[in-house]
This record gives sequence, structure tokens and C-alpha cells, in this order.
Amino acid sequence: MATFKLTHVERKPMSFTMPVIAVTGSIAGFLVGTANGSGLIGFLAGAAIAAAVAFVCISFLSDGMEKLGRWGLFAVLVAIGTVMGGALGFVVSVLFGAFFQWFIYWIGEGRYRTKLAPYLTPGQVLWHFSFKFICGSIFVFLITPILVVMPLSFNAEDFFTFTEGMLRFDPEAYSLKHYRDFFTNNEWQRSFKNSLIIAPIATVISVTLGTLAAIGLSQSHVPGRRAIMAVLISPMIVPLIISATGMFFFYSDIGRFLEGTIGIDKTTVGYIKVILAHAVLGIPFVIITVTATLVGFDRSLTRAAANMGAGPVTTFFRVQMPLILPGVISGGLFAFITSFDEVVVVLFVGSASQKTLPWQMFTGLREQISPTILAVATILVVMSILLLLTVELLRRRSERLRGMSPA
Amino acid sequence: MKMTKTLLASTAMAAIAGGAMAQEMTIVSWGGAYTKSQQRAYHEPYMEKSGVTIINDDSAAEAVAKLRAMNEAGNVTWDVVDVVAADAIRLCDEGLAMEIDPDSQLAAAPDGTPASEDFGDLLVSPCFIPQIVYSTTFGYRTDMVGGTPPTDVCAVFDTETYPGKRSLEKRPINNMEWALICDGVAFEEVYDVLETEEGQNQALAKLDTIKDDVIWWSAGADTPQLLADGEVVMGSTYNGRLFSVIEEQDQPVAMLWDAQVFDLDGWIIPTGLSEERTQAALDYVFFATDTQRLADQAKYISYGPARASSAPLVGKHADLGIEMSPHMPTDPENAKRTFLYNYEFWADYRDDIDAKFQAWLAQ
Repeated sequence: MATFKLTHVERKPMSFTMPVIAVTGSIAGFLVGTANGSGLIGFLAGAAIAAAVAFVCISFLSDGMEKLGRWGLFAVLVAIGTVMGGALGFVVSVLFGAFFQWFIYWIGEGRYRTKLAPYLTPGQVLWHFSFKFICGSIFVFLITPILVVMPLSFNAEDFFTFTEGMLRFDPEAYSLKHYRDFFTNNEWQRSFKNSLIIAPIATVISVTLGTLAAIGLSQSHVPGRRAIMAVLISPMIVPLIISATGMFFFYSDIGRFLEGTIGIDKTTVGYIKVILAHAVLGIPFVIITVTATLVGFDRSLTRAAANMGAGPVTTFFRVQMPLILPGVISGGLFAFITSFDEVVVVLFVGSASQKTLPWQMFTGLREQISPTILAVATILVVMSILLLLTVELLRRRSERLRGMSPA
Repeated sequence: MKMTKTLLASTAMAAIAGGAMAQEMTIVSWGGAYTKSQQRAYHEPYMEKSGVTIINDDSAAEAVAKLRAMNEAGNVTWDVVDVVAADAIRLCDEGLAMEIDPDSQLAAAPDGTPASEDFGDLLVSPCFIPQIVYSTTFGYRTDMVGGTPPTDVCAVFDTETYPGKRSLEKRPINNMEWALICDGVAFEEVYDVLETEEGQNQALAKLDTIKDDVIWWSAGADTPQLLADGEVVMGSTYNGRLFSVIEEQDQPVAMLWDAQVFDLDGWIIPTGLSEERTQAALDYVFFATDTQRLADQAKYISYGPARASSAPLVGKHADLGIEMSPHMPTDPENAKRTFLYNYEFWADYRDDIDAKFQAWLAQ
């Protein structure tokens, strides 16, 4: 049948397939070799073996035999890996096997061009995949440090170390004791509770004040609004340690006044000080996000509301607020997170009874390198993911309800 | 604004209802296994007895700087602070710590010996209430030293027999002394030599021979982590940390007690507290430094009690059930060759030698 083929999916010559597979194999060989003592031998052996396997697979085990070739390669690799490296070898060889059984045929049969425009030159194809690879690497680079922490938090020992038992997947080497420690240890519980008291209240204050400031500053008739804006945003720009030192002395005076003149007790005053300090840090985030949403806000709506007899307060809550709500919420989220993982200011302004979670983690890391910190980190990461997920779902839902397609 | 006020008021109410009913006391210490031992030996029985809630603050490392700032701001939030003797001397000189009369304000020994005699020479400053004797010494990986485990501190400088990294504290104290001893200076002459310019250069030259093999630490938890990782073959740290690595965490590590340096750690009470809080702090210190309590702490960590009368009461580890006296730095078997941290020398020369040492590190 003489059909015209638009794509370039066709078997590649061995002079192309073998070097490409050899380079990939040399990287895998280098990794395995380094782990076993000699990177160079692994590098060379990996390249040679990969090239030979590619030759065998594409020349003899292709077309109808491809399934056999794939499963055969996978089985042989896993068998060798397991015999030589035990449980760890098994895991590594499953990963490598799964990759190579796909990769060899993907390159050899030219399938990598399936989804690309047929007129692309080889250089453009190479760039297309290099670009994807770079993006993937950046993603890995950002996420690995967080992922490494998670298995370590299940360590049965009290150190930040992958023990031999952990690498062998020995169940004995894993434990939940650091999680137990977090949930039963008074110090951790107290600081967790403090964070849950301080962060929401500081967020409410900064959202309220920040939104009001943003609305005021977006009116064109306010004199000197650029200067006022700069002052309000300064906590975000001034180095934190400088704000913290200033706040320490400033809030000491306020604290003395509240304690001595008004007669509020010491612990409550401590909370008020930290909450106010954190609210100051959160306000710039709210101002910036709300100002950004106000740019797209149609002023004639407020005039229309006034025309129909609504006072400014009613107009704000019934007309303006619902429209700028996304900006307010994301500003509030930033303010919450700022307070929730802030350590410098609370170290200065707070006293031990206001010890927050980041503070406890900070001292814990310096004085006793305990994996409880990693357990807490894991819990916090999971919590943040859930929080962001909820907000995103709510956003999509509200957009759907308003008849917009989710962007 | 009204909303903010309402919120503030409700916060205040919630906080009052939440936790501020009982009297609270903030005690500052070093964190880790050390704070835990104080928690069990002193804080828990004291809270039971008095109904006071004790809050731990692990900020002892920056105690001097923070107390200065608090004093300047007129806002001292700490009630009792655990510091090393050198810091206590500085705080006392600057008027940031309160002077104590041992015989009227501290408990006498059970046989009636007054506290001043029971603590003896360890009362190095009128503000300082000694608690423990600890030492800075070396631990090594038993599986990385081959067939000849080190018995001499100079193994640290012997990179041929014991190849690998070592961890040393990022400050001149102790390191300069060890360097001179291993460069052939007699024990008694170390500080005489270190007084001179040439002596200091000699010590730095000796340290230079291993500079590439040193990982510098600044927190007491660093060396235990490095040893557990096998990153270093040997390293200096406080002996209690090593005890915890060896006996509690079961790591392949052993002690090298040779030329250990003794130091003291104890309480001070900050000045500038209200009369009521000062009385509460004194009451706590009276309780926590009596003979039985000091001996109790040795059940949880291998630091020697500062009272002579506590030594015979030191028993077994509370959880492991092992005899604690062989793990004490003061045990005769461990204390064959020791230094006592020379307060006077370091008070006079510290700034000078610190500057030199940091310059050398940066080279």
C-alpha cells in the first residue's frame, strides 16, 4: 500500500542508535560503578554493555519479537541486580531495567519523533528533548532536598543518617518513634500550639489592615500614596534581622506598658507582642496582592452601588469584597505562611512561653540533631500541600459557579 | 479598627484562660540530652513539689549577648540560666548576674557541711552556682582506626596512622593546648608557652599540619552526628554527648580520655527580676543544687556532680541500668592526664588569641 507517511517514525541506523544508548549506559554505569568503588570502570563497562544490548535488541529482537526483547532485558537486568546488590540492587535494577527496555526501542525505532512536527531538523529535535530534560532537572533539583527528608524521618536511630539497615529495606531500621516524639513531647506540642495560636490571629490582623490600606492607596486622590506604600511595604525589604532588633526594643517598651500600667499578665503580653510583630510582617504581602486585584476592578460598580443608595460599608462588603476576594485570600495565605515559618523575629520578640514551631526546630537543629525535626518537616510539607490543594479546589469551584472556565 | 480591638481582646482572654493560670518559670539551658537530664532530675520533681510550670529555653549558647540586650531593654524574660563558668564570670563582672551567698542561699550537705565547703574550689565566681563538672574530649570510630585504637591525644595529629577527617571546635580554646602538648611541650608549661607570641605561632603551626583534615564544629551535636555518619574518624566534643552516642545510641564509637579538659557548668540568676521572681528562682536553685538532686542528674547523663557530698550517691543509669561512675570524667581511670580549663589565662588572652585563630582559619 502506498500511503504517504507524515511522521518520521522509522528504524534508525545502528551508527545513531548505538552511540546514544552507549552514552546513556555510561551514565548508569558510572552511578553503579561509583557506588561500588570505581566510577571509571563502571563508566566504560556501562557504555560497552549498553551498546551491545542495543545492537542485539534492535537487530534481532525487534518487530514481532519486541515484547520478548523488552521483558527479557528487564528480567535479566533485575536478576543480575538482585544477585549482586540484594534488596537495594533489586530496586536500582528495576528502575534501570524499566528505563532501558523502553529507551532502547524508543531511540532505535525512531519513536521519539511520534509527537513532533515532521519538518523539524535533527537539531531542533535534540533541543526539544534537551529542553524537556533541563526542565525536569530543575524540578528534581528543587524537590529532591524535600524528598530526601521524608524517608530519613522514619529512621530508627537518632541521627540524620541513612543507616545500612535502611538501605537494605530492613523493617527494623524504620520506626515511627520520631512522630511519636512529636505528638507526645511537651516542648513540641507547646510550640505547635503556639504556632496555631499566633499565625491565624496575625493573619486576620494583617488581612484586615492590608486590605484597607490597599483600597485606600488605590484611590487616586490620596496624597503621597507612593511614599505611604513604600513605608508599608518596607518590612518586606528591610533585612529581617534589622526589623527584629528594632522590634525587640520597641515591643519591650510596649510590653512594659501593657504589663505595668494596664496590668495584663506576662504570658498574654508575650503573645500580643509576637502577634503584632508577625502582623506587621504579613501586611506587605496582603497589600501587594490586593492592589494587584484592584487594578482590574471597575470603579463604575461602586458608583452604581452608591447610585442605588448603598453606603460605603455596604458597597464594600456586597460589591467590592466579593470581586477582590481571590487577592485577599492569597495575600492571607502568604501572611499565614510568613508567620508560620518565621524564626528571626520571634527569637527576638518572644520569650520561651511563645516558642513557635520554627523556633523549636531551629534550636533543635543546633543543639540536638534529632530526626524529630524531619518528622515535623514532613508533617508540615503534607499540611502545606493539603492547604494549597484546598485553596486551589475552592478557587476552581467558585470560578465554575460564576460560569468561568478554570484557568 | 473595632474588629481588630475585639480580636485582640478575645485573644487576650483566650490566652489567659489557656495557660497562664499556674506560675511559670523560664529556665535556660543547652538543649539535647543535657536539658533532658535536668528535666528529669530537677524540673519534674520541682514542678511536682511547688506547682510551678517550668518552660525550657535552649538558648544558653547566646546567654551573654541575650542577657545584655534584655537588660538594656529592661525586659528580662529568663528566671534561671545555665551557663559555663567563663560566661558566669563575665556576666557577674558586668552586673548581669546576681551574687549568691552559698551558705545562706544554698542547701547544706546532709551531714551539715556548709555549701561553700561542699562546692569548694568550684565556686569560681560569687554569682556562679556550680552544677556539674564536664570535660571536652575525643571520641573515635572503633571500626575506622584499624588494629591499634588510639590511647594518646596526639593521635589527632597523626594522620598517617589514623587517616580521615577529624572534627575540632571552631575556637582556639583546648585546640591550642592539645597542639602544644603534641608538639612536645610539657603539661605544666603549656600556658607559659601559650602566653608568648612564639608559643601561639607554634600551636598554630602544629594545627596547620592537619588543617586540611579538620571539620570545624560549633554546636555540641555536630561531632556525634559526624561520628555516627562515619564522616570523621575522631572528633572532640563534650563527654556526655559521647556517652549518649556510645551507650544510648549504640554506635561503634569509643572514648579517648587522654588530655581531657575539665570545665564547669552551673546556674546564675539574672539581675533585674522582680522581687517575687527572684525569690522563686532562688527557691528553685536551692532545691536543684542540693546533694541528692546533683547526684540524681548523673543517672541520666555522664557529667560529674559539683558537690563533694554527691559523689558517693552516684548510682546506675536510670534507663540503661549501667554503673555510671566509670563514665564520669572524674573517674580516676579516665582522669590520668587532665587539664582544668584555665579561666585566668583565657580571660586575659582570649580576645588576642581568638583574633589570631580566626585569621589563621581564614587563610
